[in-house]
Amino acid sequence: MAGVLPPEVEELFDAALVGELTVVGRKGRPITYPLIPLYDGQYVYLTSAVLFSKKLGHIKANPKVSISLSDPVAVPAANFARVTLQGDAEVIEDDTHEGWEELLPLWRAKEPVIDSFVKKRFAIPLFFERSIIRITPKRVLYWRGGDTEVDPQVFELEGVS
Amino acid sequence: MTTLTTREAVTRARGYRQAVLSWVGADGYPMSVSGSFRTDATAGTVVVGPLPTSSRPPAGQEVCVTFSHIRPQRGVGYDERRYINLWGPATHDGGSVRVVADRASGWDEAEVPFFEYAERNVPRARSYMENLGAQLRLSPFWKFFLATRLPFLTATIIPVSLGGAVAASHGSFHWGWFLLTLLGAASVHLGLNMANDLFDDINGADAANVTPTPFSGGSRVLQYGLVSRRGMLGACVGFYLFAAAIGLLLAATRTWSILWVGVVGVVLSLVYSAPPFRLVHRGLGEPVTALGFGPVMAVGAYLAVAQEWNWEPVLASIPVAIFVALILYVNQVPDRIGDAVVGKRTLIVRWPKARVIAVYTGLAAIAFVVIGVNALTSVSPIWTLAALVTVPLALRVRRGLVKHYDQPYALMPAMQDNIVLHLTSGLLLIIGYVVHNLLA
Repeated sequence: MAGVLPPEVEELFDAALVGELTVVGRKGRPITYPLIPLYDGQYVYLTSAVLFSKKLGHIKANPKVSISLSDPVAVPAANFARVTLQGDAEVIEDDTHEGWEELLPLWRAKEPVIDSFVKKRFAIPLFFERSIIRITPKRVLYWRGGDTEVDPQVFELEGVS
Repeated sequence: MTTLTTREAVTRARGYRQAVLSWVGADGYPMSVSGSFRTDATAGTVVVGPLPTSSRPPAGQEVCVTFSHIRPQRGVGYDERRYINLWGPATHDGGSVRVVADRASGWDEAEVPFFEYAERNVPRARSYMENLGAQLRLSPFWKFFLATRLPFLTATIIPVSLGGAVAASHGSFHWGWFLLTLLGAASVHLGLNMANDLFDDINGADAANVTPTPFSGGSRVLQYGLVSRRGMLGACVGFYLFAAAIGLLLAATRTWSILWVGVVGVVLSLVYSAPPFRLVHRGLGEPVTALGFGPVMAVGAYLAVAQEWNWEPVLASIPVAIFVALILYVNQVPDRIGDAVVGKRTLIVRWPKARVIAVYTGLAAIAFVVIGVNALTSVSPIWTLAALVTVPLALRVRRGLVKHYDQPYALMPAMQDNIVLHLTSGLLLIIGYVVHNLLA
């Protein structure tokens, strides 16, 4: 089944090991966090340990976020391009202990070593108490070839849910 | 995330490949665009671009400029993680965006290792989970494993087994009494570990320590909220009561002398960290540990099995006593900043690096000399000389101390080697006795 994102953008999200999540902080300031993005064809997911929960508070106060894929080293895609996805985020944390594990298959596909870390979760248990950040994409700005000196191609994704 | 001066942030930014410029658009969504950049540290400015008009924030808009670096290592994870965020108003500079930084923060794992970064955020995490009404979960096995610091039981198994091996060399050995003694000694040890955690939680030493390792800084179960103080106290008292029951049984059935040895062991384990004595706070933790996990345990095991007094387990256990004290000694190196904050003036807190390493070297050398003298004077069987093969391990620990004294996580291999030194040398002493018994 085709995903909600344009294929060339999906390729980037499928490859991305790090993206830059920007949230709106107190006083309306943008704040950016590097995180690993996961994509299931409908939503973009990020997870955040409760140890680093500031961003979760910001998202709960203002769900409008963006995530950029900008670094060719961190996005090892065959057809590298730069992209910024804007959307509405929801923090899912009914079960911080195991809830995020439903994303393990997506995480494992990018970072197989995650399984060995999870097996050692007893050593750093608070790192594995995690909230899910689920982003519903609304708009994508796409810079072909990664060239940001030109206008981006804009994909409006209204109606996606 | 650490707060940086804007000048420092702009200077550090030069080491990155690109900048990501973010601002909040008119529709309320954050907008980000990356680009090349140049910096002026003196003016505290970053210029990002060139960027097309559609990718530039309005002049005067508050923006965040992010510099991020990470080296993904497929199959391994990440390393070289570092990033900087700086904020300020944007102005247009030709086709680029100039940002005069008024605030900055960042993280570089080369300066603050990930585990320290995580540890510094534990209070925030606990407060967040409390607000969620969530409880940190771990299986009962892992809670028990962590809270009791179970792997450190080797510190008990070695001296008790050595005492039993000495008894066997004197023609007295009984598996049942030996194992019962081991169970009692292990119970005191686990109770002691929990008592030590409780006292270090109450006096704030463990909370002040943001660089715990698997070998130092306590079990962390109280700091992480895995176990309550009440639960810890209950288990601690339970272990001591269980040990006392075994001690009484051994005293009543074997020899009453063992009761006094047991009392000495329990008293040492308590005065180690319990107020008002708190001997570990007075720089006396090492001798107390050496006595308790050396001669006291070896003699206790000997008495329980052989039912009579003998000096040999005392002399044979001296090297084990020294090596176990050196475990505590080295493990306190990464704890020294947190310990100093709460007035826990261990030898490591009191002494400069050079003296700490010199004393380590001297004590390890004494332990090896005692092994040699014991064997050559027939106090112990000649086969116990095999324990001298562990000299290179001690040298490796020394090298680790010299090189990584100020790097808690880099020191971990040396701390591990030091534990292996105690374990291996102790096992070889025991094997020396076993070989002697087999050949006798």
